[in-house]
Amino acid sequence: MSIRIAETPFDPWQEIPHHQRQSALDNQFGATATFVGTMRDFNDDAGVSGMLLEHYPEMTQRYLENLEQQAKQRWGLLDSLIIHRIGQINPADPIVLIACWSAHRRAALDACNWIIEELKHHAPFWKKETRQDGERWVEKNTDGK
Amino acid sequence: MSIQVKFFASLREKIGLSETTIDTATTAIDVWNISTKQTELPVNLLVAINLEYAQLDSPVEQGDEVAFFPPVTGG
Repeated sequence: MSIRIAETPFDPWQEIPHHQRQSALDNQFGATATFVGTMRDFNDDAGVSGMLLEHYPEMTQRYLENLEQQAKQRWGLLDSLIIHRIGQINPADPIVLIACWSAHRRAALDACNWIIEELKHHAPFWKKETRQDGERWVEKNTDGK
Repeated sequence: MSIQVKFFASLREKIGLSETTIDTATTAIDVWNISTKQTELPVNLLVAINLEYAQLDSPVEQGDEVAFFPPVTGG
């Protein structure tokens, strides 16, 4: 299990095989489920040209470690990876990667869905958008639909 | 010993303070009132004590870290 808070851009499609090679997964996993969240260039019908992501470092680390532990216990995951950006982010940059490995697909898919929903609702990160009319803090996340 | 207080995101800008310490308090709301000089409680205020979510009436002790922040918007 691994957590990384990234201050610079990352490529999720390189991080996943990189993590698999570093991990002790061997050939036991039959399923890998992933979620990648990417910055849009609009929000609430207005253009967004950039974003600053702030977090509460010690609490973030603890919260995400706890999520991975709970997911491992509940779904019997073989491994998981969470990467989340902070700092200055541009449209199309990946913001978050969740990857879950398990023997069978249902556990990996359900755990991945659960982790991203818990993260969105509770992990202490905050977004400040740069828009045409200035900067503003995002007040709440969308419901994801 | 004292209580360390932190503010994040829009709340940090509103209060004009990222971090401070206070001598003593009995609950999280006490910490808010002392450290912000009785600033009105924001709607949807969240609080964490020692890196765990807590309630405004949760007890605090010397040596605790108390953080106040708005709804989270990560991911």
